[in-house]
Amino acid sequence: MLRPAIQTRELRKVYPAPSGVKKRGGPPAPDAGGHGGGLTPPNAMNVDGEIVALHGLDLEIPEGEFFGLLGPNGAGKSTTIGILTTRIRPSGGRATVAGENVVDQAAAVRQRIGVVPQRPNPDRSLNAIENLIFHAAYFGIPAADATVRADRLLETLAISDKSQAKVDELSGGQQQRLMIARALIHEPSVIFLDEPTVGLDPQARLGLWEILRELHAAGRTIVMTTHYMEEADQLCDRLGIVDRGKLLALDTPAVLKDRAPGGTLILLTLDGDASSAAAAAQRVAGIDRAEAEGSTLRAYSARGGEAIPALIRAAEAVQRSVKDISLREPSLETLFISLTGRTLA
Amino acid sequence: MSRINVAIADVADRPRVSRSRVFLALLHRDMRVARKELPFFLIRTTLQPLLFIIVFGYLLPKMGFMKSNYTATLLPGILAVSLTFASIQAVALPMVQDFGWTREIEDRLLAPVPTHLIAAEKIVAGVLQGFVSAGFVLPVARLIMGPIPGLTLTQFPTVILIVILGSSAFSALGLLLGSAISPQQIGLMFSVIIAPMLFFGCAYYPWAGLSAVPFMKYAVLINPLVYVAEGMRGALTPGVPHMPLPISIAALVVISVIFWLIGLRSFERRAIG
Repeated sequence: MLRPAIQTRELRKVYPAPSGVKKRGGPPAPDAGGHGGGLTPPNAMNVDGEIVALHGLDLEIPEGEFFGLLGPNGAGKSTTIGILTTRIRPSGGRATVAGENVVDQAAAVRQRIGVVPQRPNPDRSLNAIENLIFHAAYFGIPAADATVRADRLLETLAISDKSQAKVDELSGGQQQRLMIARALIHEPSVIFLDEPTVGLDPQARLGLWEILRELHAAGRTIVMTTHYMEEADQLCDRLGIVDRGKLLALDTPAVLKDRAPGGTLILLTLDGDASSAAAAAQRVAGIDRAEAEGSTLRAYSARGGEAIPALIRAAEAVQRSVKDISLREPSLETLFISLTGRTLA
Repeated sequence: MSRINVAIADVADRPRVSRSRVFLALLHRDMRVARKELPFFLIRTTLQPLLFIIVFGYLLPKMGFMKSNYTATLLPGILAVSLTFASIQAVALPMVQDFGWTREIEDRLLAPVPTHLIAAEKIVAGVLQGFVSAGFVLPVARLIMGPIPGLTLTQFPTVILIVILGSSAFSALGLLLGSAISPQQIGLMFSVIIAPMLFFGCAYYPWAGLSAVPFMKYAVLINPLVYVAEGMRGALTPGVPHMPLPISIAALVVISVIFWLIGLRSFERRAIG
């Protein structure tokens, strides 16, 4: 295994008990932004009423890995990213990024990381390319160098025509791409993205995936939070599933999917109500569970598609004919539900 | 193979960027923005003091309601108001927005320097804007009010020192307010903190004059504006009654240090969750 780019030991974060009134000048509630959710995230609350956002997180992410943190809103994803990017102080435990401690060596950590926020937060007093050039300057990159890099990044991200535009003239997707350019201008070795595709249209989302794949191919360590299963599955080398501040599972998407309960899902569309067929399917060898919903029969098979002929016979035995069949591989979603009892989105 | 082909091999070897360089880059950003907004900035921070000058330094003396030597008391006070008002606003207003809503300051909080350096840069930027404001108001006020009895620039270095100390104290106060209040409370900040400070800051009357109301004379001493206004009188129009200069200066040094400490701490607490 390569040198770890990120390492956390027993990482904890506890927010003070929320008072009835909105706290004056306090830190924003974690994970509260952007989803129209309530101010209080559904984190675990301890006996004192404090919110436990992270509950002893142990993580090790090797250099060059594309790592995904998957979990519902309020799971502790953004708190984790916040601590690793030095923007949130942990309550306990330790974390290092690129070998530097995020608390004692915050400045050194910042030198090595690029951060794409959940909600674009460009400097609105500056135009698009100034956003990049000034950000580079904060990292000690001379203006001439920065201009060359900024031009190249804007080109790559297909927003070079907006180079001189005011930030407000950029669409949401373009602003998000500007944030990616900003996160890359100082050539960080670790890139953090917090729910980068929330609020993007499908085309912009695919465009962003493409960019992330290229960054990964170029050897960057990428840490991304998401609550989209497909995104996590498609992009990440490894996934950590978190909920209520705890890491529930950690592995490659393929292995995690294998751990999903009930194996392959076989969906049969029948020509009428499926309840009697479901009862019959329950007795078919290799079927762990079968359930009916209208004319759809859902059967979880431990042996993949092998059970299909037997399922068809079971349906026909109760005078139903099969109009359509489809197979679903065990999904992260099914695993997630079985681990947490909660759905993701 | 990749379109985003940035070499990362050299990243680890790249020397740590110096703090002063980052500080200057941050300052450069704020100056760039301030220059873009200069007309609005000047209107916002100096219009009110200048209107005051027109009424109290020009109209009322013309009408005979004020003795003409009142201008010698008023001018330094107006300068004090302008520079402190400019400093506090320059720091607090954008910061309230940044922290409360837009989170724009985030890109600077990711700069590879300690967070207090980012806060200190904000104060320094506020000091520079205090200078601009004072530099604009002094000649315009002199123009409106005509010759001012006893106005002297012989103690110019002292004037500069008072401007630095005054705007430094008030920029730091701006940092404190900017990092401690929410966007909804901006109006409240003006009516509850700024307005009383201006009216009871001995800007429009000399501190010595408050001997007529002894309770007020001592109560206003907690107001930092008093020392800026009185210090300005001591340096610009030493003929009018004023606090001894060393006392004004010493008070401003102490207040500055206190506001810096509290302001930096407040900023850090707000910036790091």
